[in-house]
Amino acid sequence: MTTVRLLVGTKKGAFVLTSDGTRKTWSIEGPHFTGWEIYHLKGSPVDPSRIYASQHTSWFGQLVQRSNDGGKTWAPVGKEFTYEGTPGPHLWYDGTPHPWEFKRVWHLEPSLDDPDTVYAGVEDASLFKTTDGGTSWHEMPGLRGHGGGHYWQPGAGGLCLHTIILDPKNKKRMFVAVSAAGAFRSDDAGKTWKPINKGLKSPYELPDPEAQVGHCVHHVAMHPSRPKTLFMQKHWDVMRSDDAGEQWHEVSGNLPSDFGFVIDVNANDPETIYVVPIKSDSEHIPPDGKLRVYRSTSGGNEWEALTKGLPQKNCYVNVLRDAMSVDTLDPCGIYFGTTGGQVYGSADNGDSWTAIVRDLPAVTSVEVQAIP
Amino acid sequence: MTIAQVRVILPFHLRQLSGSQGEVIVSVPAPVTQRNLLDALEIALPVLRGTIREQPSLKRRAFVRFFACKQDLSNASPDATLPAEVASGTEPFRIVGAMSGG
Repeated sequence: MTTVRLLVGTKKGAFVLTSDGTRKTWSIEGPHFTGWEIYHLKGSPVDPSRIYASQHTSWFGQLVQRSNDGGKTWAPVGKEFTYEGTPGPHLWYDGTPHPWEFKRVWHLEPSLDDPDTVYAGVEDASLFKTTDGGTSWHEMPGLRGHGGGHYWQPGAGGLCLHTIILDPKNKKRMFVAVSAAGAFRSDDAGKTWKPINKGLKSPYELPDPEAQVGHCVHHVAMHPSRPKTLFMQKHWDVMRSDDAGEQWHEVSGNLPSDFGFVIDVNANDPETIYVVPIKSDSEHIPPDGKLRVYRSTSGGNEWEALTKGLPQKNCYVNVLRDAMSVDTLDPCGIYFGTTGGQVYGSADNGDSWTAIVRDLPAVTSVEVQAIP
Repeated sequence: MTIAQVRVILPFHLRQLSGSQGEVIVSVPAPVTQRNLLDALEIALPVLRGTIREQPSLKRRAFVRFFACKQDLSNASPDATLPAEVASGTEPFRIVGAMSGG
């Protein structure tokens, strides 16, 4: 029987929510690491029992935890993230040079074919890799040193590398996104990188709205069957590329707001995508106090509001960038968590929603595993 | 070599992380300084490496405080001798997360 497991990171610990393939009733385990910020946790696609978690507090710094039994027990692994060589500066908030300083791990992306290999996206933005199950981490310095890194300047959320996408059809290709810098692609397994931001426009955030770098990309999603097609929720604007990021075009269409953080693709249809519109960058609340997922079945531009089971009045939560995930079942399950501590799930492509749990700490990330 | 048995009180997060209950008794070689105490603590509980002092600089993390005998010793020299009451085990050495909140 299929097991569906949600890995939920929150501001005060991690939770593991488990159901069967019907996705009707859920058991809730946790909190693990009570009191610690869990920015992200994710399981290996080839060994779902192997899960990695990023554990952090401003007091005591960064740890990485590993589970070998599906989240029942955990053990700390390596936590030293040292930039390669002498890290040069990026731009500080006041425009002066500021040396790269490790702050925290935002995202952990296990390899598609080796449970001991994991990529970590960190703040200050860079990419690290382990090939020994997290015991040691080594920077992939080509991204930070690609030639434009010294122009990166943190936004209000920090200079974080938050999105890592591995191309399932081309092992040498990977994509990353950095807040307030943009999207980047490597075609040589992470040795060298190029910015892929052509077509992005940021008239409110940048002096040159079409600059090569500096765009505040919030999240990028890809369907594994069509790895050249990327969907992006930018600070403002929902964007699409059909050539692996060489050129982007806007597909915000009739959304009530094209600001937001999450974006994801239905596992069974690469043209069906989901976003959660947020009113504005200043407010970070849903428009009109209504929590609505918007679905496009045409790859963007035409959107429908999905409201059944979601609060449609007096709702003022946010949904953070890593807090939406889709399972691989049919019909597709979609899950997201809010800053109000609710985790919502749909087992019918988004047509209807239920609150799996309501009163967790603020949710930072949601990942799902469908285990046969 | 003289070894002092020093009582250390860890903050909640680090008790949880290290699986320790209540006070931790740490065997510290003389002289009983902050550096020797923290070195011994990290040998006894290796998971704490990097959580109190940054690695590899061994600089106190910004939001960690050291208190003992009603004194804030956070900014004292790591090589200064700790109060005799700490070395004798009469008073604990407290590792504290700085105040946070609104």
